[in-house]
Amino acid sequence: MKPACFQLLASAALIVTCISAARAQSKSSQNKNAELYAELGKAPEKARNRVNPLENDPDAVAAGRLLFEDHCAECHGETAEGGKGSKKGPDLRVPEVQNAPPGALFWLLTNGVVRKGMPVWSRLPEPQRWQLVRYLKSLGAVLPAPAGTK
Amino acid sequence: MTCFRLAPVPLIYLAAIALCFPALSRPVAAQENPYFVAYDHNLEEPGNLEVEYFSTFGTQRAGNNFHSYWTEFEYGVKAWWTTEFYLDAQTTFHDSTVYSGFKWENRFRVLQREHWINPVLYVEYEDVNGTDKTLKEVVGHDVEADYLAPNDEARREHQREIELKLILSSNTWGWNISENIIAEKNLSNQPWEFGYALAASRPLSLKGSAKRCNFCRQNFVAGVEMYGGLGDRYSFGWKDTSHYLAPAMAWNLPSGWTLRLSPGFGLNDNSHTFLLRWGVSKEITGFGQMVRRWFGNKS
Repeated sequence: MKPACFQLLASAALIVTCISAARAQSKSSQNKNAELYAELGKAPEKARNRVNPLENDPDAVAAGRLLFEDHCAECHGETAEGGKGSKKGPDLRVPEVQNAPPGALFWLLTNGVVRKGMPVWSRLPEPQRWQLVRYLKSLGAVLPAPAGTK
Repeated sequence: MTCFRLAPVPLIYLAAIALCFPALSRPVAAQENPYFVAYDHNLEEPGNLEVEYFSTFGTQRAGNNFHSYWTEFEYGVKAWWTTEFYLDAQTTFHDSTVYSGFKWENRFRVLQREHWINPVLYVEYEDVNGTDKTLKEVVGHDVEADYLAPNDEARREHQREIELKLILSSNTWGWNISENIIAEKNLSNQPWEFGYALAASRPLSLKGSAKRCNFCRQNFVAGVEMYGGLGDRYSFGWKDTSHYLAPAMAWNLPSGWTLRLSPGFGLNDNSHTFLLRWGVSKEITGFGQMVRRWFGNKS
């Protein structure tokens, strides 16, 4: 077979891969979100109890916001209200997230939920992940949890 | 195949990359490692496409120096699966410019959660000719003298190869440490060949800055790679193999571009004395979503 044919075949296969993958991402988002929130509860006790070392860092929220815009907003929305379209990352302002211990959020960022589309973010150094946690927690101050939740 | 003889002009590659980008996606700062040869366990985010252009200038004793270059299209199919397509070409000075072939690789994350060591399986199919000088991996008894043949002669050699890698990688204390074990087989009844790549890197600052800046220390990632061949099935070991050591630096710009530079040095007489690599890449976020829209899916 000539190189041109191989190239065409490979290109076609790559396009098919892209399309099928994109289609596979459109599943029932509500169930998916509930499953993702439930992942926070799977954080081991030791991880949940970790204290954010940047809890008193005055720049942590601002830095976390920039990191969020760079790495999270694509799926979770510009203000963490939840993604739209095929990249439906869950709303991060909900009580399930806002009431979670910082250590649990850090654990989820570090480990991802790979089978459900949430990547592992261990590529970000630990301080940057803690800065993200600070930013996420700051969103709860803007939108208080609905009545009846902790 | 006249078109393939004309195609691999570097400017065409660069233009293709530039034309692909305008307004395709919102700019996001990438967080790329500085490696050219080694892989870590960090896969492409699902639905994102990263377009990359890389160059390698290599010295050649007893022959003409060369400049090889390749374009990569790296797509995150799933959070645990990344697929990547390469187009390779090279210019040998005082000789000619030729298209070398294509490669298609897939990387699969084995474990769902982060561990001390994270394995990733790598499978690649290569369809290249003898002019391939990208040195993306060094295996078997690859030595400098293999690259002496003139392009017109080397292009007649056709290689279809399968390459497997076990990528072991850790992110700890801000460092990434990666080990790649490579096994490659030419499908025309050649023995399995083996190689390795080791790498370590760290951002110059671990904390994120509170304002956007091009020259913040966090945007720079410094590292080092070491790679080489380990012989083949019948003669495993260091004998008649080549090895390289290469410091590397990546600059991740807030606009989403990443620039990489790496001078590499041959560690023995079988190696090219000097390799200078550089690259530029851009991540297109939401590429999968864009493709869905093109094909009429409104969700």
